Amino acid sequence: MGILRTFALGGIHPDENKLSSNAAIEEIPVPKQAIVPLGQNLGAPSKPIVKKGDDVKVGQLIAEAGGFISTNIHSPVSGKVFKIDNSMDASGFRRPCIIINVDGDEWDESVDTTKDLISDINIESKEIIERIKNAGIVGMGGATFPTYVKLMPPPGKTAEYLIINGVECEPYLTSDHRMMLEKGREIVIGIKILMKALNVNKAFIGIENNKPDAISHMRELVRENDDIQVQPLKVQYPQGGEKQLIKASVNREVPSGKLPIEVGCVVQNVGTAFAVYEAVQKNKPLIERVVTVTGKAVKKPSNFRVRIGTPINVLIEAAEGLPDNTGKIINGGPMMGKSITSLDMPVVKGTSGILLLEKEESSRKVEGPCIRCSKCTYVCPMGLEPFLISKAAKLGNFELAENESIMDCIECGSCQYGCPAAIPLVDYLRLGKIKVGQIMRSRKN
Amino acid sequence: MESAVDNIIIIAIGGLGGLGLIMAIILYFIANKFKVFEDPKIDEVEEALPSANCGGCGFPGCRAYAEAAVNSEKEHGNINGLNCPVGGNDVGQELGRILGLEVEDQDPMIAVVRCNGSPTNSPKKVNYEGATSCAFAHALYAGEGGCMYSCLGLGDCVDACDFDAIHMNPDTGLPVVNDKCTACGACVTACPRDIIELRKRGPKDKRIFVSCINQEKGAPAKKNCSVACIGCAKCDKVCNFDAITITSFLAYIDFEKCTLCRKCVEVCPTSAIHEVNFKPRKPRPEKPKVTTSVSDNSQNTVPSMESGKVKPDKSVIAKGIEIIETKE
Amino acid sequence: MNHLKVSGSPHIQGDESTKKIMYGVFIAMLPAVLVSIYFFGIDAIRVVITAVIACIFFEWTIQKYLIKGHETITDGSALVTGILLALNLPSNLPTWMVIVGALVAIGMAKMSFGGLGKNIFNPALVARVFLLVSFPVEMTSWPIPKPITEGLADVTTGPTPLAIVKEGLDGNKTISDMSSELPSYSQEFLGNMGGSLGEVSALALILGGFYMIWKKIITWHIPVSILLTVSIFSGIFWGLDPEHYADPLFHVLTGGMLLGAIYMATDMVTSPMTKGGQLIFGFGVGLLTILIRIWGAYPEGVSFAILIMNATVPLINRGFKPRRFGAKPGVVLTK
Repeated sequence: MGILRTFALGGIHPDENKLSSNAAIEEIPVPKQAIVPLGQNLGAPSKPIVKKGDDVKVGQLIAEAGGFISTNIHSPVSGKVFKIDNSMDASGFRRPCIIINVDGDEWDESVDTTKDLISDINIESKEIIERIKNAGIVGMGGATFPTYVKLMPPPGKTAEYLIINGVECEPYLTSDHRMMLEKGREIVIGIKILMKALNVNKAFIGIENNKPDAISHMRELVRENDDIQVQPLKVQYPQGGEKQLIKASVNREVPSGKLPIEVGCVVQNVGTAFAVYEAVQKNKPLIERVVTVTGKAVKKPSNFRVRIGTPINVLIEAAEGLPDNTGKIINGGPMMGKSITSLDMPVVKGTSGILLLEKEESSRKVEGPCIRCSKCTYVCPMGLEPFLISKAAKLGNFELAENESIMDCIECGSCQYGCPAAIPLVDYLRLGKIKVGQIMRSRKN
Repeated sequence: MESAVDNIIIIAIGGLGGLGLIMAIILYFIANKFKVFEDPKIDEVEEALPSANCGGCGFPGCRAYAEAAVNSEKEHGNINGLNCPVGGNDVGQELGRILGLEVEDQDPMIAVVRCNGSPTNSPKKVNYEGATSCAFAHALYAGEGGCMYSCLGLGDCVDACDFDAIHMNPDTGLPVVNDKCTACGACVTACPRDIIELRKRGPKDKRIFVSCINQEKGAPAKKNCSVACIGCAKCDKVCNFDAITITSFLAYIDFEKCTLCRKCVEVCPTSAIHEVNFKPRKPRPEKPKVTTSVSDNSQNTVPSMESGKVKPDKSVIAKGIEIIETKE
Repeated sequence: MNHLKVSGSPHIQGDESTKKIMYGVFIAMLPAVLVSIYFFGIDAIRVVITAVIACIFFEWTIQKYLIKGHETITDGSALVTGILLALNLPSNLPTWMVIVGALVAIGMAKMSFGGLGKNIFNPALVARVFLLVSFPVEMTSWPIPKPITEGLADVTTGPTPLAIVKEGLDGNKTISDMSSELPSYSQEFLGNMGGSLGEVSALALILGGFYMIWKKIITWHIPVSILLTVSIFSGIFWGLDPEHYADPLFHVLTGGMLLGAIYMATDMVTSPMTKGGQLIFGFGVGLLTILIRIWGAYPEGVSFAILIMNATVPLINRGFKPRRFGAKPGVVLTK
């Protein structure tokens, strides 16, 4: 196999703990009540177009985009709109949601609910993008950036490569892995659709070497296509970061503060490719996704296909219950996920996993003095000096933090993971990014 | 031999002295040539200011404020809108004397913390662990008690204060403003949740305010915090002075209109309206109330910080929350 | 109460810790300590134990009564400083001087800056230099190594190879004149020569160095750049005039060269943060060492060189930034 590609700077290798990698994707029954938040994407929240008491069907549009960077939301269930009210999101903030009481499972007529594989793509680029936009598809890796925006390069820029992110570098998470194994054919068609939409001739599927079954399976599926290439990558966190993946796949570096299109690349997650297939070929909007429920104490680490809006306690029940010694619940992976404050929060478009940490592993180590070992500098994938900029942010020297490129930080957590003094570097980096962002915006105005 | 030494001394003194003289002359001419005319009043005004350089007036430092005040006097003939919150009325009058103006007295203001979500009132649901920064915690989660409007208790306001006027109460986890407050507004900007407001100090430091900014409906607000404003509008009904407005399930008392009659305090079902520095009411036998349990925001109730200032004989300690009377 | 925890990401941490690093350094120093005990006997044990106990005691006392911060005694840094200090001292040094050295190392060089991680200069080296200038006689009379197997007879003292060369050259001798007085390379390599506890055996020091590189406690940049610089510069002079300048191998194997390059200069707290900076740092140490050894008043210059370069570390940290992602190689983005 030779030397495997990876990105150039830094990187760590935390314990993989892919407990659920052999658990096939299971369907979860439709919940009794679905809570559909209106802000499920990066950017502006959507605007509801249904009222209390309206009957809705699965796949029916219930909220439309509230701006350019915003998406449509479709009803994931059929039933009656119970109310449009605030409900808890992952971090405990109460945000507007559409709450639907479920009654049966009646689908909208326009959705093709058959299981047939449709491989012919017979529509043009513009219409593909239109369908993706209408289906409300966002990046399924967790960043939830509206997909159609990425498919429309700004004037003067053209895409050269489509890079499909099947890296799943976060420990514990396995939803993309299972998707590739079980929905590989659909993903490949989704990739072809995306290539047509972007008008590119070459696509790479980046997969880390710890998923040899996915690599060989995807290789098998793209054997007849010269323009799609499976790219095995060395296991290295945070390879799933857009910029790192581009560097690893095509050896190009996205300049500071720029988007991947600057170097002619568009990155999409495998889950997104699958959603694109369903939206374009089956006219099925984004109403369900695959979520990993995992953790060392979880009795049955699993991958579930769930409707958006399902409360996460339903998922945890399906994984045979909340372990007694749960100390922290994380929405996403352990490196970049967010802690959840309540089990009532629903699954949203960006929920890639629910991780239950045991009490012992959920507490941070006691912070000690920095011994200037510079391990944080060695592992930083962006070539920053976390010890310096986090200290600057802590002490309120935001000017220094900005000059030392704090805004390039991708908050991957590598620095804090390896810090021998257990300093909460990322906390202060994020604080610095919030403050510097404010300063930069106020300067613009 | 001796004459040689003398020569050296003379040369040295003469050389250095001459050099000094030439430099002095050059300096004199340059200083004259590039002299910038400055109104001597600016210096005078700056002298009268408290030199805290806190920025509370909206200018970067006292010197900038002094310039602005002198310019305003020249251009508009008044210094309206330019008041030094730290110096208060004494400084205002002094400026008026220097600039030859009549300066109206401003009502003295004080920072008021509008949250009473201590662990007793709003029980902890989660444990936060991480950076001691409200701005960061605000971006991370709603709050330990579950209220997304609540004080996060990590002390960004304390760090922002230049006057040692705000401290965290270790028991309640809430900031407490003391008498040193100059109403510069640094804590108001520092608070990511806009909990702190500048309000009128009031006669004899008596104030009434709603100690809550929760804009949720009553039920969810009350679920997280027993002393939240639930927007029931009872206070609005009893107010005879139109001082109370209810917007998005939250009562707000306009301190300009409020006459400190305390009717609203009595009717508030959740004790969200606080009265500060009033004498305790006479107990009413028919209605034993707990609404008088008020955390005093004008006095520093952190015992370790200001133990000398708190007069225990005048304080009534009830249910772990103090009522302290201020100046007589 | 079963409250969930809430914190920012990342939610897992590696098993690195300050303690682990410090005990890693401790293990890496064991071969050198054992060799010194083999050659210097009971005196070596005395010096090591005195230095360690004194360092830990001073750190604990200052932490508890002066700084009043969190207790840091368990992190092992005082232990490491103590052993490093001992390795820098001759085995016949009076006990009270060792204690003075420990006080200087911990009190003056470490705690007065605020404790672990905040000191500018390597504490053990500051103590060594302090003792060297305060008690020059005691600090430069080196016992002749005598394997412990040959019995505990009275120790005799003698000069180090570097001092032999320095005095010899000052006395208009040539290197070849002195060859009989100097130990052979194999003696130097195994440790059979005069010097401080930790200076004698190159083998033990290199062993510890490889251990630390394997455990990722240090990187190769500083030791390699120091040794390379020393070899090249001494090699140039030796090539020009082998009769008046010692050869590179001699410079590398004798004195505190290896001890300094592997253990002292690589001290995390007082060395630059980036690899480029570390190379420059190593180059500076190597160059200054050779300058002091050849032209300076002292026969040995490693400790002075490292301390001088320690002072430049903040400047090096400013000048040498890691390569930012997206920037061209070698380009440092500054706005």
